[in-house]
Amino acid sequence: MQDPILDVKNLCVRYPGAPADAVRGVSFQLGRERLGIVGESGSGKSTVGRALLRLLPGAVISADTLRFEETDLLALSERDMLKVRGRRMSMILQDPKFSLNPIQQVGHQVAETYLRHFRCTKAEARAKVLEMLAAVKIRDPERVHDLYPHEISGGMGQRVMIAMMLLADPDLVIADEPTSALDVTVRLQVLNILDGLVKDRGIGLIMISHDLNLVRNFCDRVLIMYAGRVVEVLKAGEFGQARHPYTQGLLAAQPRIGGNHAPLAVLDRKPEWKEEPLP
Amino acid sequence: MALSHIRLRQVAGQVATIAITLFGLLLLTFVIGRMMPADPVRAIVGEDASRETYEMVFNQLGLDRPIWEQFLRYLGDVLTGNFGTSIRTGQPVIEDILHVMPATIELATFAILIGAGLGIPLGVTAAVNKDRWPDHLVRVFSLFGHSMPIFWTGMIALLVFYAGLGWVGGSGRMSQFYIGLIDERTGFLLIDSLLAGDRDVFWSAVNHLILPASLLGYSSSAYITRMTRSFMLDQLGQEYMTTARVKGLSRGQTIWRHAFGNIRVQLVTIIALAYGGLLEGAVLIETVFAWPGFGQYLTNNLIIGDMNAVMTCVLIVGCIFILLNLISDLLYRLFDPRTK
Repeated sequence: MQDPILDVKNLCVRYPGAPADAVRGVSFQLGRERLGIVGESGSGKSTVGRALLRLLPGAVISADTLRFEETDLLALSERDMLKVRGRRMSMILQDPKFSLNPIQQVGHQVAETYLRHFRCTKAEARAKVLEMLAAVKIRDPERVHDLYPHEISGGMGQRVMIAMMLLADPDLVIADEPTSALDVTVRLQVLNILDGLVKDRGIGLIMISHDLNLVRNFCDRVLIMYAGRVVEVLKAGEFGQARHPYTQGLLAAQPRIGGNHAPLAVLDRKPEWKEEPLP
Repeated sequence: MALSHIRLRQVAGQVATIAITLFGLLLLTFVIGRMMPADPVRAIVGEDASRETYEMVFNQLGLDRPIWEQFLRYLGDVLTGNFGTSIRTGQPVIEDILHVMPATIELATFAILIGAGLGIPLGVTAAVNKDRWPDHLVRVFSLFGHSMPIFWTGMIALLVFYAGLGWVGGSGRMSQFYIGLIDERTGFLLIDSLLAGDRDVFWSAVNHLILPASLLGYSSSAYITRMTRSFMLDQLGQEYMTTARVKGLSRGQTIWRHAFGNIRVQLVTIIALAYGGLLEGAVLIETVFAWPGFGQYLTNNLIIGDMNAVMTCVLIVGCIFILLNLISDLLYRLFDPRTK
């Protein structure tokens, strides 16, 4: 891979007092591509995303390498980390019902990202926000700018979230279950908007999800995580050649329209997968 | 158009609620008046009056009429501003109360300013540092404020700061020396002395106010601190706080710009209630400091069974709470866009 923007080697996340580490020895590289991370609840996929932003209160993050472009993330002070978050690396959270501040106008919340990282007047920030809201295909940005989170739909809320996180033009965006709170009908629409923006701007994307089909269709490569470790890395088109029994189990547990009506396979979880040497 | 219609209905609903509450309140004070073990006729005519005199006054007071008629008469009196005469002072009750109320309002207002000014930052600090030393320190501090009897802290504080150190004035609203020097225009001593342009009296009043207000403020800050802490803890775990951090805001910025805005509504409610409690009567502190306020007035009249005065005091306490509720409702609308 040429010139990776993110290089992670042997990332571990430990909560003091917990019986096992939440993330154990995760390594991967990311170029200007879309990388998916899938796994069950508790597999550590979200923890990986938040560890990159160093937003895990109470956790101890360690790694042999945690390099983002030219920056060693683990060596940064919290003060310098503030300049990375939102500006160079940002994250789209799951549910706009909870991830937007209920008592602030959405435009104001979006603008905050810009005002935090750039010296500009309020009017300039507002113009930027309106432009960005239009870019996430919000039809009437002037009107939506002044609305409060409870006045907009989930799909629109998530587009506002995307606008907020892409406004400062970051190089890496982590999307943590960006569509799992949305209706099926708007899910695709929101994903297409995100996908288009990421491609146009050459942004690296990490898509964290439990939805295998979604990740398969929207990412170039996929990491499959189990019990805090990556058990397999697959190219999006090569799921048929999955080798690890856990991945094969996940695929077998997918329902298919028009498939035979036999009961779906029950996912098998073997304790030895937790410890076997990494591929 | 549609919006103003909704607005109008909201206001109408509010007015109706207040009217019903007021009616209930009047019913309550009336019942209190009838059920008090004091005989209003005896209180007027005295122990040695003849049977004829007793009955004459009994009929004059309308006590021979059916109970519902008595209630209607009471309603009519109250609505026309006639609250009766105090047996103790011989003055119209309402005049007595208007005379003592400013002293209590002055005390309660300074106390709540101190209480909120101390309680809110302490509560936020405790929440942000949950289970670390600042949190423990704040909890001990507020536990003291909560559990020490205020008449005791009042006396100790007088001993230390007045008798011992001589930093503050003693009992009363100002030095004996100044009493009668200032025209009573508003009844608020701080305002009256400024209006009269008398700095000496003003500072004497401040000097006398600061200790009882601080003690009351400390005791209400205990409650405000604990509530602020728990409101804040709820907000700190919210997902929008993570969003703010992802944007690049520091922890302090997320707390004051995002979380604090979301606890304002709850804070307004508890501060309004605490303020109401202070207005209703800081009887103990008023007694210890010989503060001629509403709490003392109410207690004195309760003890001697001055019915008109007690009924009116209860009515006023009720009205204070109705008013504070109304104000906090209005502030809700200002602070929370979801209520629009």
